[in-house]
Amino acid sequence: MATAPSASNSRPALSTRPAWNGDYVFLFENLILKDFRIRYRNMSLGLLWSVVNPLVMMAVLTFVFGKVMGNTSTRNFPVSVLCGLVPFNFFAGALISGTNSIVDNAGLIKRMPVPRATVPLAAVLSNVTHLLIQIVLLLALALATGEQWNIHWLWLPFIWGLEIVFLCGLSLITSAVNVFVRDTRYVVESFNTVLFWLVPIFYAFDSIPEQYREIYQLNPVAALVMAMRNVVLEAQAPAPSLLWKLAAVSLTSFAIGWVVFDSQKRKFTDHI
Amino acid sequence: MPAVRFTNVSKLYPHHSGPMLLRDRIVSKIRKPKHMFAALQNVTLEIERGEGIALVGHNGAGKSTMLSLTAGLTNATSGLVEVAGSVAPLLELGSGFHPDLTGEENIRINASLMGMSRRDLKRKYDSIVEFSGLGDFIREPLRTYSSGMVMRLGFSVAISMEPDVLVADEILGVGDRAFFDQCLKRMLEFREQGKTILFASHSPTLVTMLSDRAVWLHHGRVMIAGPTEEVLNAYGAANLPKEAAGVSAG
Repeated sequence: MATAPSASNSRPALSTRPAWNGDYVFLFENLILKDFRIRYRNMSLGLLWSVVNPLVMMAVLTFVFGKVMGNTSTRNFPVSVLCGLVPFNFFAGALISGTNSIVDNAGLIKRMPVPRATVPLAAVLSNVTHLLIQIVLLLALALATGEQWNIHWLWLPFIWGLEIVFLCGLSLITSAVNVFVRDTRYVVESFNTVLFWLVPIFYAFDSIPEQYREIYQLNPVAALVMAMRNVVLEAQAPAPSLLWKLAAVSLTSFAIGWVVFDSQKRKFTDHI
Repeated sequence: MPAVRFTNVSKLYPHHSGPMLLRDRIVSKIRKPKHMFAALQNVTLEIERGEGIALVGHNGAGKSTMLSLTAGLTNATSGLVEVAGSVAPLLELGSGFHPDLTGEENIRINASLMGMSRRDLKRKYDSIVEFSGLGDFIREPLRTYSSGMVMRLGFSVAISMEPDVLVADEILGVGDRAFFDQCLKRMLEFREQGKTILFASHSPTLVTMLSDRAVWLHHGRVMIAGPTEEVLNAYGAANLPKEAAGVSAG
């Protein structure tokens, strides 16, 4: 009865949920640009920071694990390390900004009718800009150190796409939980620290004991690192079992994230 | 046909709403929250298309809660809130704006947040800037603006949405006289197009000029809803002695 359509005119009918009939592409574009501008406007080095950080980390890890600890078995160790660092950096950065997104944008959530899910999704996607720069850096460095361009590079958009989907799902969950339990951001930060060691960044997948390998493949960040090395350093397609697991975990995480977020989003305004 | 309809709407908040750490969560699960604060209690109100409705009342009377509910930003604890068509909220000075970005960039972000498409913004951009009267300041970062200038920008974007219902909270408080008149004129035109304005204000002048009906809210309940003058008189009469008493009570 309440939402019964009115007889015949063009006047909008009463509805319990005012619709947001906006332009999603335009909205995402603006949210991502906003993040980008805020981050870089006041920095003299600007975008260069996206490149400096992984290079410094690569140099340090190469020195410590290559020279000090004496890992000489891994071919092209610096690029191998970078194949681990780039996915890890993206994961850690995107998850933190995704987790904090709703709380950090409290003003917007409380005062604007914008579809809630766009906020964490845009936070993850704005990290993709840095990711692209880092991937370009990685591939340039691979070519410079004697690796060959190969047809399997075409896998890169696919595996990275899955990783982005995975992070979107994860961020939908953590951003919603963070509204109700503000400790979530610290849990996520600690988790990232632990993950640095549990992803094969400075060690090879082969050095992991047999019985743990299956589990490693279920970790999408580890899976992505292995796939990156397959493609960039070994010039071969990622293992099918790896791709399946990556796809399954990513899509499941997104589905769960969507359901969790959707069930909680109407309570956000009252809690932030 | 009504543009906005509240049917027996109540909105309760638990008394502890700030940020909660895990410990507080667990404690509140064990001990049920004792006090619920009723921001709105059993409010029923129908607003016709083309009406201007003013909400008056003390701070904390439930005005902002009613506006948030109308804009669909929060859900009622019980009862039904219905709105016909699109709503543009103008709830706080500069909400959705970022101080480091220029006026121009903030217009784009704000418009897209409210749901304006790229094409519509292209069409309306010049008139938004013109209405705001900000001139060359539009290319300066927002932190260099005065609060009156921020308000001009926010109002210009919201009104350019051409919503069916404009929801406004204490706007025009910081604008100068010229902009006040300019906004008033625009809002009256807006109403003539059959659009609806629901706003909260402490300014009797604005309330008298912009609304035909007013609603006096007190502790989340509707005291009186009716012709503006009548409601303002009742509200004023009830408040004069009370405010004097309030001063001595601290």
